[in-house]
Amino acid sequence: MKLLEVKDLNAWYGSTQALFGVSFELEKGGITTILGANGAGKTTTLRAMCQTVKTSGDVSFDGHTISGESTDKIVRLGMAHVPDGRGTFTGLTVEENLRLGAYSRTDKDGVAEDMERMFERFPRLKERIHQQAGTLSGGEQQMLAISRALMLRPNLLLLDEPSFGLAPLVVQEIFDHLRAINETDHVSMLLVEQNASLALNLADQAYLLETGKVVLSGPAAEIRADESVRKAYLGY
Amino acid sequence: MDGFLLQVFSGLASGSIYALVALALVMIYQSTHHINLAQGEMAMFATFIAWALIQAGVSYWIAFFLTIGIAFVGGVLVQRIFIKPVERAPVLNNVIVFVGLLVIFNAMAGWIFDHVVKSFDSPFPTQSPVLNSYISGHQLGTVGVTFGVVVVVYSFFRFTPIGLAMRAAAQNPDSAALVGIRVSWMLALGWGLAASIGSVAGMMAAPVLFLDPNLMAGVLLYGFAAALLGGIDNAFGAIVGGLLVGVIENILGAYVIGNDLKLTVALVLIVGTLTLMPNGLFGKNVVTRV
Repeated sequence: MKLLEVKDLNAWYGSTQALFGVSFELEKGGITTILGANGAGKTTTLRAMCQTVKTSGDVSFDGHTISGESTDKIVRLGMAHVPDGRGTFTGLTVEENLRLGAYSRTDKDGVAEDMERMFERFPRLKERIHQQAGTLSGGEQQMLAISRALMLRPNLLLLDEPSFGLAPLVVQEIFDHLRAINETDHVSMLLVEQNASLALNLADQAYLLETGKVVLSGPAAEIRADESVRKAYLGY
Repeated sequence: MDGFLLQVFSGLASGSIYALVALALVMIYQSTHHINLAQGEMAMFATFIAWALIQAGVSYWIAFFLTIGIAFVGGVLVQRIFIKPVERAPVLNNVIVFVGLLVIFNAMAGWIFDHVVKSFDSPFPTQSPVLNSYISGHQLGTVGVTFGVVVVVYSFFRFTPIGLAMRAAAQNPDSAALVGIRVSWMLALGWGLAASIGSVAGMMAAPVLFLDPNLMAGVLLYGFAAALLGGIDNAFGAIVGGLLVGVIENILGAYVIGNDLKLTVALVLIVGTLTLMPNGLFGKNVVTRV
């Protein structure tokens, strides 16, 4: 079953068009990655999912048409977004950041339970529970951003370059967590990455964007084997 | 010494009114980075509403809370109708809208309630139950009401989900939207709250300054000085700044420069703070790790 179906998506910043008829799909429980160089439209694609840029085209999420909907309604349908730059509320505490992640939920007990689960998964966040989020290390902030998104109990997690600016070991740790989250919590993911090799290891489907258009798509394993992708994006 | 203490206490009383105005200014500044120049006139207009309610026979405290409510709705409406269209516009557009609002509220008050100076009774007894040689009943009441407002506002922001959402929206609007917060409405709520706080300042100032459309003109300047002195992005600083400005103004007025030059104190403080320590006493240099 499809969780996300995108057809002929266009997006604009002011009068500049950034996406041209992008179409892709995401299976329920799956991980789809969108690859591409700088400026290819990866971040814009994620923003278009949350309607934080001007778009046209059909986006259907979990059986609802969400094109043209307001961001807060889309979030309420269970779409959580870890934006580029992590989007941490740096002046608020770790705990407040997590509570904000669950802002649109009404089940208090469930929220408290989920917060405990985040702390089990990321014990370092618990150590820093009352600390201002801006004082955390980059890796910790990324963990916080992912936890904050998971506090929504989302069906779909949008991840914008979770590896950005982190040491390779930390990146590996984050990606291990992502895999675990996908397997145990059955959260589907739409992953945008510059690090194509990492992304293709995690994802089951992949789309390649070039200047706002999909130029290649297929199962992640096939894309990895594609010679042009290997040369251009995997570097060997 | 007695005279000095008297000046300090009465400074604290007027200072708490400045503190409220400063708090209202800070609240809007934190989320929009604009100084609402119409804050004082909105408070003045709300005070006229309280006056009209009391004239119509409503008892003081009912009128007091009704006015807070009306000011809240008014503040939200002002944001929705006048501010939202210029939300993304350059600073100057906002300033012009604020000046426009200032003139509109001032003129409307004169038009509806005329320019004859009106007396506005204090709800508090003339005699203070404590320290009655230093502080009057109304002054003590003003300090008490201010303290009450501060506690309510602090608890609201610290302990309620909406308060947290408003802080989040002020800090990082993009991220706030991504967790499902309706950022634009949070700004409107902020305006409502600021208008409510301002209305309390107006109602506390009116028994002392008497009610006319220029009630808050001077108070807004003191409030602005207070907000700057405390650090324009810091609510706690606004309160401390307000009390400090009140005391400094009173003591200088009594012993140094005389009553006629009091308002100059506010202006000197504004210029002094901006040149010598632009972050104010408690304003923070934002430090984050990258």
